[in-house]
Amino acid sequence: MSDIFSKDLSTADDAKSTRARAADWHDRRERDDWSEADQIALDAWLAESPAHVVAYLRVDAAWQRADRLSALKQSLPENAYGARRRFKFRFGSFAAGFGVLTVLGIAAAVYPWSPREQVYSTAIGGHKTLTLDGGSQIELNTNTVLRVSMNGAQRNVFLDKGEAYFQIRHDASRPFVVMVAGHRVTDLGTKFAIRSETGRVRVTMVQGRVQFGGADNSVRSATLTPGDVLVATGNAVSVTRKQAAKLIAELGWRQGVLVFDSTALSDAVNEFNRYNRTKLVVADSAAARMPIDGKFRTHDVTAFTFLVQSVLGLHVTDHGDETVISR
Amino acid sequence: MAGTQDMECEEPGRLGVAVTASSVGIWFAREVLPLEGALMQFLRRSWRNRSDVEDLCQDVYVRVYEAAQKQIPEPVKPFVFATARNLLINRVRREQIVPIESIGDLGALDIAADEPGPDRNVMAREELRRLQAALDSLPPRCREAVILRKIDGLSRREIAVRMGISEDTVHRHLTDGRYALADLLYAGSSDMRWTS
Repeated sequence: MSDIFSKDLSTADDAKSTRARAADWHDRRERDDWSEADQIALDAWLAESPAHVVAYLRVDAAWQRADRLSALKQSLPENAYGARRRFKFRFGSFAAGFGVLTVLGIAAAVYPWSPREQVYSTAIGGHKTLTLDGGSQIELNTNTVLRVSMNGAQRNVFLDKGEAYFQIRHDASRPFVVMVAGHRVTDLGTKFAIRSETGRVRVTMVQGRVQFGGADNSVRSATLTPGDVLVATGNAVSVTRKQAAKLIAELGWRQGVLVFDSTALSDAVNEFNRYNRTKLVVADSAAARMPIDGKFRTHDVTAFTFLVQSVLGLHVTDHGDETVISR
Repeated sequence: MAGTQDMECEEPGRLGVAVTASSVGIWFAREVLPLEGALMQFLRRSWRNRSDVEDLCQDVYVRVYEAAQKQIPEPVKPFVFATARNLLINRVRREQIVPIESIGDLGALDIAADEPGPDRNVMAREELRRLQAALDSLPPRCREAVILRKIDGLSRREIAVRMGISEDTVHRHLTDGRYALADLLYAGSSDMRWTS
């Protein structure tokens, strides 16, 4: 997709065409097929002129600003489009005296029981924080899909894939429940993380308490307290207690870092691969067991491979989509 | 981009964040872009040929950005308007054909720079109203795509399915949406010609 721009742009470098070009780049960057070559082309375009840079900054800032539109969402039922039209009607009727937030309040009061499910997702390397009404927050890590279904009586979240960190305002009259791979995690006033991988669910408790059980809320029920790390695989559930430092390291992704402490090279590589499209492969089983220490930015694979080469004395070979580590 | 209370959304994993994450880039987005409404007003008032105004604004941005790379100017607003003023004066000198009266109030321009900033401390409510108005100004299909992306958080593929269009068309709507939102949110209006 290096042909870049579908519109017929004049060669003249006026503000309109530069801005249109910047908008095009900015949107393309979000696409799944965004490649290294595209990135090089974008970098080259930005390097061409500061006019390109400021146009890009402008469209980026506007698009980020529009994130606040999501505040409209919590108060709007089901289908956004239809819902928004209803909202607009209300807006028109009341805006003069009450202002938007009041109107949102009214909309919420009118539709307290209608279930509305919203899907949130992040791409590989993505990171997103959402704030629910009532002030609870959910932070999505890389490559994650999560559905939120709220009504006046219940707050349900489905973690379909990936990892999320929850900071939940407890409300006894409106339980907060996370459904993940057939398990049910019920919040009792809490901060916790859940990671769902193939055949394995991991719950890390930071604060407060949660109830862990089967999806039907029956068997294998356990109450977790801060420091507990629960791992559920198939029918087996184990709980271990970890020190605060370990928990902080485990949640380093929230700050965009990976922390390794005598971590086996293969495990460290798996972590990096969660965040990056170019995959690392360890081609040697003895090398795979070598311990790694250190703190890395989730996307700074270069720093990691540099350490692997210089400290562990391993070979790193770039094969395009794959970077192979061998002895 | 910290600071939004309602939702933070950053995707450090997406490549190409270097420019927007640089300190000058962050400064530019936070301090300079919000002045665009006042700057455009100033340029429109001071320059006869309205069709030049967007380009002039862009030129001011380039100069401010380049200056900021050496040193962040402080305070920002007088610097931006002084830059605009110098740019206009240079233009007049260069294009001697422009009659002097076309920039009649050039001498009195400092007053404009002293007007209160348009939206330095916009309340969340005001911001939301502004966003809502901007959203309402988009053409229907473009607006629908932006809503599905921004409010519902759907992926591009999901948007394509939902709207019954190709992903390329989704791209076109979202590109148009970005272009128009930047105009609407910063300049206060957009005269973009829709391609879709």
